[in-house]
Amino acid sequence: MLAESLFVMLGTLSVIGALGMLIARNPVSSALWLILTLFCVAGLYLTLSAEFIAVVQVLVYAGAIMVLFLFVIMLLNLGTMPTMKGVGWKKAVGFVLCVVVLTQLVLIGATGLDLLPATEVVDVANAGSATTIAKSLFTRYALAFEVIGILLLVATIGAVMLAKRRFA
Amino acid sequence: MDLAGAYEGILFDVAGGFTLLLLMTAGVVCIVWDIFSNDDPVLPVLAAMTCVVAAGWEVRGLDAGSSTAFYDLIRAYGLTSYINITLLISALVSIVLSVPYLNRIRRGYGEVYALILFATAGAVMLASANSLVTVFVGLETMSIALYILVGLVRQGGGGIESALKYFLLGAFSTGFFLYGIALLYGATGTMILPDLAAGFEARGSMMLLFWAGVALFLVGFLFKVSAVPFHMWTPDVYQGAPTPLTGYMSTASKAAAFAALILVLYYGLGDLAATKWQTALAVVALVTMVGGNIFALVQNNVKRMLAYSSVAHAGYVLVALVAGTGEGYAGAAYYLLIYSFMNLGAFGVMALLEWDQKEGSEQTIDSLSGVGLRKPILGVVMTVFMFSLIGFPPFGGFFGKIAVFAPAIEAGFTWLVIVGVLASALSGYYYLRVLYVFWMRPQSWSAPQVQAHKFPVPSLSAAVLVACAVVLTVIGFVPVVRDLPMVYFDVAFTGGTP
Repeated sequence: MLAESLFVMLGTLSVIGALGMLIARNPVSSALWLILTLFCVAGLYLTLSAEFIAVVQVLVYAGAIMVLFLFVIMLLNLGTMPTMKGVGWKKAVGFVLCVVVLTQLVLIGATGLDLLPATEVVDVANAGSATTIAKSLFTRYALAFEVIGILLLVATIGAVMLAKRRFA
Repeated sequence: MDLAGAYEGILFDVAGGFTLLLLMTAGVVCIVWDIFSNDDPVLPVLAAMTCVVAAGWEVRGLDAGSSTAFYDLIRAYGLTSYINITLLISALVSIVLSVPYLNRIRRGYGEVYALILFATAGAVMLASANSLVTVFVGLETMSIALYILVGLVRQGGGGIESALKYFLLGAFSTGFFLYGIALLYGATGTMILPDLAAGFEARGSMMLLFWAGVALFLVGFLFKVSAVPFHMWTPDVYQGAPTPLTGYMSTASKAAAFAALILVLYYGLGDLAATKWQTALAVVALVTMVGGNIFALVQNNVKRMLAYSSVAHAGYVLVALVAGTGEGYAGAAYYLLIYSFMNLGAFGVMALLEWDQKEGSEQTIDSLSGVGLRKPILGVVMTVFMFSLIGFPPFGGFFGKIAVFAPAIEAGFTWLVIVGVLASALSGYYYLRVLYVFWMRPQSWSAPQVQAHKFPVPSLSAAVLVACAVVLTVIGFVPVVRDLPMVYFDVAFTGGTP
């Protein structure tokens, strides 16, 4: 029960964050909304007992990648976008109602045609621990892991070559 | 899992993944070598030798039945060897043709050859995929290396434009692809291709998830092989990239993506309500053949024309996949081999003709007037490539077209094949126009102009192009090349595991 209410809470928050990112007029506040979404998704991973992925999500996305985003936004010195003043509250309410009705229609259609996947409970007690992931990463997926190393090397070479080479 | 036992298993598998491991190692060696001896002329030789050694290793595996290695991540031997040889030939020819071209435009960097090796490693991984993870990692390794190679010629705008376009659209299609993989995994609970169908059936009631996953997955593939609704990037990217590397892109990346598609369709989706993806692929094949040929008709730049023609050829290969039979898949593998020779050759000739420092983006049909008379070797080999691309009888392209169209007729897609044959008749116009310009339109130049347009043809490049032309001339008369892939899909021989 706790897990369910947590899921509903985090899910709603992450959707709100995503909407906020789209609606925000200032690129920096967009980025901050995105951080909210990323944190909530990390929380969702936690409710699935995927601790490792949750930590990595916070470290990599909410940490490193967001910092890069913010740097780029500030370096590019983007202006704010036109405000939403022109959209009246009637239109806004109408839009929300439309979305609600559309969601219901899609849900009814999907259940009626038996398109929705059945709910299933997966045993995830130990699935997300770093030990489990490391074990399969270095045995079952060892080859893919090594090739990803090559992929990153290629990306680094490319970045250095395209940006730094003196083209005579 | 017992770790010690796991590593013993991996050690045992090294033979199966030898080509992949060799290519990666050689690429790293190239990069490290380049640090100590910048742009060493030995590097292309090293890269070419690697391809030769790997191809020699793969020839050993041609007769062996297929097996899996590295915990079912990749396949080895059999069909995989066949495709890998295609990829390695493509890499080898591209390396040899790149050396004089890149040196002339002063881009003969050591990194380029390492990147070609890495791209080939990605292609090999993609073409030997037995798991959705492998498909994705291979595809990305190949693509990222290609994005960089496309952007190699930076001044003039064309290179940057094409690299950026390729990168953005490629990243976008990767998104589709990855989402498709996620949905497929959710619907089947497995990443291993041969287990997909069973996993789907065991879970039941996952229709929407599964077919949405298949659709997104196919979109990713169709982008990589530039099938028609997803082909927009092709002409610009092919035009802006360094020409020998365009040849590499249009052959190796396409052959690898098609090989992976064959594996996915044959192992993953083969037993499932085949009609669903067959109809979708049939429609895509139809518009790809018609669209590619019609767009090619109106091109004035030969590289753009060849780009659209490669779109059309992707359509021919798709016809073979639509058939969904062993002969169809075998025909597609055979066609990819022949197509590689034709396209590498055609782009190779175009690379050698960029003598006046004009990049391919500026080369029009008119600037090539009478080239065949001044450079008979290039003229003759171009004639072979063009006739082969049309599918004219004594040349390889003809036998390739039989191999892709015949299975489709047997599977009941006669209408598709009729359209295909009509479309390839249409292609005769723009291929023959090149030959007309090469041979029959004399260049009315004064003596000093002729002097100014003298350019050398490096003997090694000429030798490689002649070799491609000779192969295309005789390959149709060596039935073993055509029959080999058939064996891999012959259930009696392999017990269902090519």
